[in-house]
Amino acid sequence: MESTVAITATPTVETKLRAEHISMSFTRDGESMPVLEDINLEVGNGEFLCLLGPSGCGKSTLLSIIAGFLSPTSGEVKIDGEIVRGPDPRRIFVFQERGVFPWLTVEGNIGFGLFKLTRAERDRRIAHYIKMVGLEGFGKSYPSELSGGMKQRLEVARALAVNPDMLFLDEPFGALDSITRLIMRGELLRIWEAERKTIIFVTHDIDEAVQLADRVAVMSARPGRIQEIVNIDIPHPRDINSARYLELRTGIFNQIGLAHHL
Amino acid sequence: MPSPWGVVGGLVDLTSHGLLVKYVVASLFRVTWGFTLAAILAIPLGLTIGWYRRAEMAFNPLIQFLRPISPLAWIPIAILWFGVGDLSAIFLIFLSCFFPLLLTAINAVRNIPAVYINAGRNFGLSPGALVYRVLYPAVVPQLIVGLRITLGIAWLVVVAAEMIAVNSGLGFLIVDARNAGNRYDLVVAGMVLIGLIGLLLDIGMRSLEKVKSFRWSYSEE
Amino acid sequence: MTTLAESRNWEKFFWPIAVAAVLLVLWHYSVVWTATKIFPSPLDVERGLIGLFHKNVLWNDIADSLRRVALGFGAAAILGIPIGLVLGWYPAIDQVVNPTMQLLRPISPIAWIPVAIIFFGVGDKAAVFLIFLAAFFPIVVACVDGVSNVPSVFRRAGRNFGLTAAQLLARVVFPAALPQIIIGLRIALGISWLVVVAAEMIAVDSGLGYLVIDSRNSGKHYDLVVAAMLIIGVIGLLLDSGFRRLEKIKSVRWGFRDAS
Ligand SMILES: Nc1ncnc2c1ncn2[C@@H]1O[C@H](COP(=O)(O)OP(=O)(O)OP(=O)(O)O)[C@@H](O)[C@H]1O
Ligand SMILES: [Mg+2]
Repeated sequence: MESTVAITATPTVETKLRAEHISMSFTRDGESMPVLEDINLEVGNGEFLCLLGPSGCGKSTLLSIIAGFLSPTSGEVKIDGEIVRGPDPRRIFVFQERGVFPWLTVEGNIGFGLFKLTRAERDRRIAHYIKMVGLEGFGKSYPSELSGGMKQRLEVARALAVNPDMLFLDEPFGALDSITRLIMRGELLRIWEAERKTIIFVTHDIDEAVQLADRVAVMSARPGRIQEIVNIDIPHPRDINSARYLELRTGIFNQIGLAHHL
Repeated sequence: MPSPWGVVGGLVDLTSHGLLVKYVVASLFRVTWGFTLAAILAIPLGLTIGWYRRAEMAFNPLIQFLRPISPLAWIPIAILWFGVGDLSAIFLIFLSCFFPLLLTAINAVRNIPAVYINAGRNFGLSPGALVYRVLYPAVVPQLIVGLRITLGIAWLVVVAAEMIAVNSGLGFLIVDARNAGNRYDLVVAGMVLIGLIGLLLDIGMRSLEKVKSFRWSYSEE
Repeated sequence: MTTLAESRNWEKFFWPIAVAAVLLVLWHYSVVWTATKIFPSPLDVERGLIGLFHKNVLWNDIADSLRRVALGFGAAAILGIPIGLVLGWYPAIDQVVNPTMQLLRPISPIAWIPVAIIFFGVGDKAAVFLIFLAAFFPIVVACVDGVSNVPSVFRRAGRNFGLTAAQLLARVVFPAALPQIIIGLRIALGISWLVVVAAEMIAVDSGLGYLVIDSRNSGKHYDLVVAAMLIIGVIGLLLDSGFRRLEKIKSVRWGFRDAS
């Protein structure tokens, strides 16, 4: 392995996802522009991994490749030992831009992926997840009648309702106000601890990464590489004033080269 | 020019001869057929072309070229193929609706945000289900606006077609009233009818836009 | 829509040409196989086109059609834009005028032909009048919509800076509505081009529409009919793309003025 960075998952858990030598370039005006360069990454089963990096470094691109929406210029992604060739309902992507369907009600959106279930079972699941994300009373509302935060929760609920074993979240809380964002982080952790899904979570917010993740993969500016992987060895619930928390946070600040600016 | 009372007299005259209903029905019959056929063919075709980038590349220049040819310029060809009569008029209306609807459908597909398609694929929909559950609801609002505008064009063209290519209907009424004895009261009566029916058609289509499940795009804008 | 890799440049030309070629071949062979004597093959049409280009009549017809469109459309724009702006600005007036407009609008401009003929006789003026009618309503409607869609924040901001009503209209509402107005103008121009052909088939005896109908009536020259249709298509396409270019220039100029 040529990279100096520890990329392997915590050895005690089995590997869920392995990305090997992923490179990606886009052509723009006839010129090839590298966006990702030789990305290697392993994610353990049930792990919560944050991808952290500056805007435009290729986080969304990497996540789209992992989810199978884009195919990389070179390299491959294996999940459970199988090469990813396209999107799959066992792994749901929550989009950075709002992905809820404006033509469906809240119930319709949550039930969108449940078409294989019987009606009664579907209704039960819808009710369960409406409650889980706190949208009771809005089941018959259309997304245009919801606030930004409610739409975001709706999209998370739609993803969870199909009981995927992986969740890919692309800055899901980016557009929320800071209070809602804190609440949503708590909710996500609660859901993750209850259902132990493998989560890859993209963010450019260092605090968010340190509060949520088991490990934080820090990416460099374009062309994106994985610069370092930081283990966050603090048990939940995390005390954001603890010495260890501050130490890790400062370490990542240094890593990104921001420490002296603040 | 006739006075308003003259026009009312003309309308009464038409009704008492049974021509009013007959001509209105004749015009509506042609519009219904031409418009419906065009919608049935143009919408699926346009959705398909819009979905495949290569198809869009291949057909766009041709469509752009055929579109500005006035449907009425096809009259000689319509008469050659279908003779003077209903079929000719239906063919002309079909043509006048076909290209606008085709373009509406193509653009509607191309304007679907990629997130919706990706989300649909992510939940493991089959291609058929993707069309039915994502593509179709995403394009409906734009299609309805396109259908409304196109119905207006169809109504415009039927009148013109009837002036040349058939001998019944409201367009025929207007030329005939003028040619057979300068009955300008009937000419204006015909125009009033054309305006009223056009208005009703437009109102009908607009009420479709208000249907709740179609309305999402209007309410967001 | 499909996640196709960047398509290469040659495809942009290859596919349309392939489609056109296939259609021409189909057209040619369906004429050959049905052994029709009347309907022209592509080769007949080509001969017809060449013949037309050698005659002055064609150039006169083109000039006539374009002149009618320029006059009718121009008059509709000059009258329609201010009227539309005022109606959009004063909803009260709009409510008074709107019912009449809604009734007049769906009357096919073609249905006005007999009326145009009594007022203006057979000739240029009747055709110009029809085009005026056809273009006028879409322009007015586009302006009314454009003005009423201007976000109220803009108006409030303008008023906040102490603009008078006239200044507000000229410096805030008009520029904000301009993109929509330009789209309305382009649609109206397209309709004008459809209507001039129709009008010329009925109400005058020159122009491209007349060329179509005359080629048929005087001896079933269907090669000329189709040739004239092709010319109508090309000119319509040129008008539309010319106008689109105008949209671009305008928006650039607009951007500059904004920055200064
Ligand atoms: N389809 C595309 N075609 C061309 N360039 C693209 C495409 N998608 C992304 N890019 C480019 O790739 C780079 C990375 O984009 P990406 O969206 O992955 O960034 P990001 O890290 O998610 O940024 P942000 O934090 O702002 O969301 C950007 O410079 C972008 O311009
Ligand atoms: Mg991103």
